[in-house]
Amino acid sequence: MNARDLELVARLCEQRTGLMVDPEKGYLAENRLAPVARREGFSSIEELIAAVRYRDEDRLVWAVAEAMWPAENSFFRDPEVFELLAEKVLPGLAGAGRPLRLWAAACGGGQEVYSLAMLLAEQPPQGPFELFGSDLCDRRLEKAQSGLYSQFEVQRGLSAHRLVRHFEAAEGGFALSPRLRQTVRWRRANLTEDLGRLGQLDLVLCRNLLSALTPEARGRATANLAGAVAPGGYLVLGRDEGAEGLSPVAGAPGFYAHPAAHRAAA
Amino acid sequence: MKVCLVVDDSRVIRKVARRILEDLGFEVAEAADGAEALGWCRTVTPHVILLDWLMPEMDGMAFLRELRASPGGDQPRVIFCSGETDLDRIREALAAGADEFIIKPFDGDIVASKLAMAGAL
Repeated sequence: MNARDLELVARLCEQRTGLMVDPEKGYLAENRLAPVARREGFSSIEELIAAVRYRDEDRLVWAVAEAMWPAENSFFRDPEVFELLAEKVLPGLAGAGRPLRLWAAACGGGQEVYSLAMLLAEQPPQGPFELFGSDLCDRRLEKAQSGLYSQFEVQRGLSAHRLVRHFEAAEGGFALSPRLRQTVRWRRANLTEDLGRLGQLDLVLCRNLLSALTPEARGRATANLAGAVAPGGYLVLGRDEGAEGLSPVAGAPGFYAHPAAHRAAA
Repeated sequence: MKVCLVVDDSRVIRKVARRILEDLGFEVAEAADGAEALGWCRTVTPHVILLDWLMPEMDGMAFLRELRASPGGDQPRVIFCSGETDLDRIREALAAGADEFIIKPFDGDIVASKLAMAGAL
């Protein structure tokens, strides 16, 4: 992929999704864009980019921006985070007279939100809960909703015990049980835009995404995520990410909460 | 150094597994079927056993049952490694005492992730 094409892709990503595209990593863009070129009937990535450049077709621009959007594709990524959730965080989050509200933002192929769904099925909270999964990529949301995974996908981070407990055989792989699938509500959400519709949540997972955004988009997304965390709730980020406005939770790497004073005042 | 015993009647699979496991820091021993593997376990108890299901002489399931019934046989972590995708068969393997199950074909990432889940890394 030539530098000029990559520059266009980087600019579109920045404008549409806030993603920062590394100009040194043209091969990554090629991996992501080759399937789009094929799907859209172009004979090469160059042809696809030429069409994006000259036709200025919104649908095509989005197809490119969405394909470049990062996707988490492992179940129970960083198992210690899920251990903390199961042992310490979820038991302490009993909803105060309302359903517990949990959200996996940027849930990609669904692995992150379904990991949470499995955890909740294994250790049901005391009261009712609402679990949301969102992404800005429609195609990924569709895949996530299907709950279908290949035999390779179900071996990334998922134990055999969980495989036999929560999945059933399906054509070409395995399907998450309908009962679990139905616990998730889906939203298309761009984290750099207004998230008002989602309301306040007790737990927000958004791991390894903020660090992939441009500084400007990261600032907006972080503010939106922090604003979505209910008093007493938590935001969970990737290992090397931080959230301005929230404080790290002692003994729980990656977990952030409103400062104690704010919490007490709320 | 932790020892991993690879039990598979395919020499190619044993070789692929050996390379992956050595990269992960294991000392690797090989057996071509369950009977040979049992003989091996009588002298040295491996930390982990990567176990094929279908083999001549003694298959993986028969080996696992004998192993778990023998003194000290509860020690090794056993990871089945088979082309089997039937969930009932995988359940059967877990019920017989397997700690994890890898569906073939596998790669280094899958082996590392399954070893970690079995508590063997």
